[in-house]
Amino acid sequence: MSHIGTIVKREFSSFFATPVAYVFIVIFLMMAGVFTFYIGGLFERGQADLLPFFNFHPWLYLFLVPAMAMRTWSEERKSGTIELIMTLPVTVFEVMLGKFLAAWLVLGVSLLLTFPLWLTVNYLGHPDNGVILAAYIGSWLMAGAFLAIGICMSALSKSQVVAFILAVVVCFLFVLSGSNIVLDAFEGWVPAIVTDTIASFSFLTHFESISKGVIALNDVGYFLIVISVWLYAGLVIIENKKAD
Amino acid sequence: MISVKNLTKSFGDFIAVDDLSFDVKAGEVLGFLGPNGAGKSTTMKMLTGFLQPTSGDINVAGLDISRSRQKIQSMIGYLPEGAPSYGDMTPLQFLRFIAEIRGLGGAEKRDRVDSVIEQVDLKSVLNKSIDNLSKGFKRRVGLAQAIIHDPEILILDEPTDGLDPNQKHQVRELIDNLSKEKIVIISTHILEEVAAVCNRAMIISGGRKLFDGTPLELQKKSRYYKAVSLHMSYASDISGLAELAGVADMEVDPKSGTVTLFPEGDASILPAITDLIHRNQLPIDDFFVEQGRLDDVFREITEEGVTS
Repeated sequence: MSHIGTIVKREFSSFFATPVAYVFIVIFLMMAGVFTFYIGGLFERGQADLLPFFNFHPWLYLFLVPAMAMRTWSEERKSGTIELIMTLPVTVFEVMLGKFLAAWLVLGVSLLLTFPLWLTVNYLGHPDNGVILAAYIGSWLMAGAFLAIGICMSALSKSQVVAFILAVVVCFLFVLSGSNIVLDAFEGWVPAIVTDTIASFSFLTHFESISKGVIALNDVGYFLIVISVWLYAGLVIIENKKAD
Repeated sequence: MISVKNLTKSFGDFIAVDDLSFDVKAGEVLGFLGPNGAGKSTTMKMLTGFLQPTSGDINVAGLDISRSRQKIQSMIGYLPEGAPSYGDMTPLQFLRFIAEIRGLGGAEKRDRVDSVIEQVDLKSVLNKSIDNLSKGFKRRVGLAQAIIHDPEILILDEPTDGLDPNQKHQVRELIDNLSKEKIVIISTHILEEVAAVCNRAMIISGGRKLFDGTPLELQKKSRYYKAVSLHMSYASDISGLAELAGVADMEVDPKSGTVTLFPEGDASILPAITDLIHRNQLPIDDFFVEQGRLDDVFREITEEGVTS
């Protein structure tokens, strides 16, 4: 278990040694700003909250997180370092968790760096800071779910491009399954329980309820389960096809 | 200390390693020889626990690798083929990372990192990123990584591939200087390397063991072992040479005019030849005893293996 810390440290500093982390953070902050102010109309709404900011997070993560996750295993395979790390006395589980935590930390740092928005709304009015905190936590959890999918897809292929595309597609399904487009298609001819189940798979449904300020066990649990399931799937993939 | 029994690895229809069995004792420096694709790397990957054997057992220090993989891995230092390392790190960061993973900490970690940097001479590049290093330095970083925890077993997959002669010499010296109580397994397709650093050679081809013995025994398999080659500055009567006691055969290279005399079995033909040269006052300008041509032996053994 002590290895996890070492791996997190290495992976985290590797994000900053290659410009991945900087590029990610800068793009994330710029896009978040554009979405919040131009598309979300933070000022025009005349309300002291950060809903326009958080509403766009799923769509922002949809492309940015797979881009960040695509290198995790693909690069190890391509450069052959997978042979190095797998012949050190560490378990695949430790490496997997270390890689995930490091990337999740970078995502957390990016989220924290959006603090000027929080300052802005607090300067302009009196927002419910509890709701904002809950939304931040929800957003981070959701980012973790995107990340776990991206890491699992990266375990599949030597090619980062393939990993990226697969991750975007799978993430898109998870986002979309709660949207009206998908639910309307099922409405009316399948029992409500099926539509509810499909909707309950969506990141959107769970994120929305957290961002309203309700940190319910089932929403948090949902993201944690999604994270564990995808990381475990990645683990199985790596265990079974280390050498290809 | 290492015991391999009936080891087999197949990838789909392709059998990379075919029923391989051998033991390695402490103090042995074993050279895996074989053409490309012979199964050397695959065998090493199984020894280090990277690949799982299709069938067969690997025992290291009494532990079964399928059950105690991590424990065995902590005893092994491994340089994978091509010496992969994390290119975005500097050698110093990389070695510290490996040391930490290997469970070294505090003063011990510092000492070991310093000592391997010294051993493989990395001082000048410590703070450059590994991506920007030359091939020779990358290989040395890989070596440093493999010996950082002073392992009982060192497994090196083509450690001198792509190095210049000076660097090759350094690597061989490094292997020589390791404690005599360790096991070293290296794979190579450079035959002189086996003669230079190994005390045991194993030829593998098509996943099977074709030869297992000392490098000297390998040389003895050569027709040229202890053969005498000589060259004369002008043509003279050499008929007497072929009739000497112990000489089995004589060959004259039509291009260079070099005469080679082959001994019968282990017979020593050198004194008889020098005697005759003195008596007949042959105009010798070059004269040497052959050590056995490993290339020929290697070709013979591996090509036989393929056809049989």
